[in-house]
Amino acid sequence: MSELIYSDLFYKALIAGFGLALTTGPLGCFLVWRRMAFFGDALAHSSLLGIALGILLHININIGVIGICLLCALILTKAHSRQHLAADAWLGIISYGALALGVLALSISGTNVDIESYLLGDILTLRMKDLYWIYGCVILISLFIFWKWRELLLLTLDEELAQTAGVSVGFVRTVFMVLLALTVAVTLKAVGALLMPALMIMPAATAGRFARSPEQMAFLAMGMGFVGISTGLFAAISFNTPSGATIVTACLVLFLGSVLTRAR
Amino acid sequence: MTTPLIAAHHIWVSRPAGTEEKIILEDVSLTISSGKIITLIGPNGAGKTTLLKVLLNLIPYTAGTLTRRPGLTIGYMPQKLDVNPTLPITVERLLSLGTSDRLSKIQPLIDTCLAEVGALALKHSPLKVLSGGEMQRIMLARALLTSPDLLVLDEPMQGVDVLGQEELYQLIGKIRDNRGCAILLVSHDLHLVMAASDEVICLNKHVCCSGHPHQVTADPSYQELFVVPYKHEHDHRHDGACENHE
Repeated sequence: MSELIYSDLFYKALIAGFGLALTTGPLGCFLVWRRMAFFGDALAHSSLLGIALGILLHININIGVIGICLLCALILTKAHSRQHLAADAWLGIISYGALALGVLALSISGTNVDIESYLLGDILTLRMKDLYWIYGCVILISLFIFWKWRELLLLTLDEELAQTAGVSVGFVRTVFMVLLALTVAVTLKAVGALLMPALMIMPAATAGRFARSPEQMAFLAMGMGFVGISTGLFAAISFNTPSGATIVTACLVLFLGSVLTRAR
Repeated sequence: MTTPLIAAHHIWVSRPAGTEEKIILEDVSLTISSGKIITLIGPNGAGKTTLLKVLLNLIPYTAGTLTRRPGLTIGYMPQKLDVNPTLPITVERLLSLGTSDRLSKIQPLIDTCLAEVGALALKHSPLKVLSGGEMQRIMLARALLTSPDLLVLDEPMQGVDVLGQEELYQLIGKIRDNRGCAILLVSHDLHLVMAASDEVICLNKHVCCSGHPHQVTADPSYQELFVVPYKHEHDHRHDGACENHE
């Protein structure tokens, strides 16, 4: 096990983890602020269907995942304006519907895909190509957030207020969805469809207990994410445990620590 | 006579509900001129907020014409700002979000507006610790930042106690006197409305009556809607079309 710590795989996982913390941190903050935690959950679960689509259509899996996530985001946005069913019920239907369809599609696709590896993920299996995707995502998200930070905050406070202040609500919201879908796609292999939402929500929630401004919270969330990912990774290697679950457990420990610290 | 800030003529708004169209606003006309305080009153589901949103260009209207004076600036105060307590943001920061200028540049303006609503002491407070009345003042200051020609306030008295309401009405009157802007507000409370408004529009999908507060209170349709609200079982003229009957 100690040789794994000094191996190429470990460094690659660590570099990937740093990139993932940079993307999930700020996006996670927006999910928490806008009470969209379960929205992230639904997109993450639907990613499995995206993988199946990618395999069946012989296209890049990430493209398949992004496509399906955007489709689900679109359905959920439309469903929101239909009032005969509450938003949380819609989220549940999309979330588990897409998960079930994804597992079904993967199992009948005939290929010997390891479904479990996509459900639970393993950051130690990432290749160079995955790193490019992750850092491409980091660059896009940073650019967009720096460019539209004020608009994003206004939108978070109140959509109509943002609209009267001249924010192009539709544009900002759409780009946010695309970036969220992209983040789901690049995070999928590392922590899996089931656990991925935790990587967005937990560091942001932890940061929220200390931050005094939105910017501080976003940066703290990135920091908390990286501490969680790196200690989780180290622990996974040391104790030979599944990496995705260990990373999320590390994030959970950080969150619980923050609750106890502030309670005093 | 100067051109009105906003002139709305025969505005209709309907929304598809199942197989048929549900009418929300029916042939509403109104004119907003500088320096006037206009109050919209009406029962729940009368379309008050919808009308505000149409005037603000937030939602489309089905028929009618709407003209705004070119270059019109509007300060809008929404009914309620539901700030998630996990969003760590101070009053000052909230106000600074309204413009793309740097904080240092608009600092004096923020101070002026906060002082105008008597909330300068709250400048560095996080939003989540504010009371309902404090929050309304902050939102009012926010709406004032752009030096608007028209202030649109959707139920500014919500979550404010009776004493605070009277103060807030006085404040709104003072803002109009100092700035000369027009103010359009939605209210439930009739007694306070009467003291401060120049014009009252009584809305129940259509304009039931409008005019000076004293004229309106004497109007039979006002009496029917507000003075004895529980006496009539059905809404006048709108059988089955009222939202309350769903």
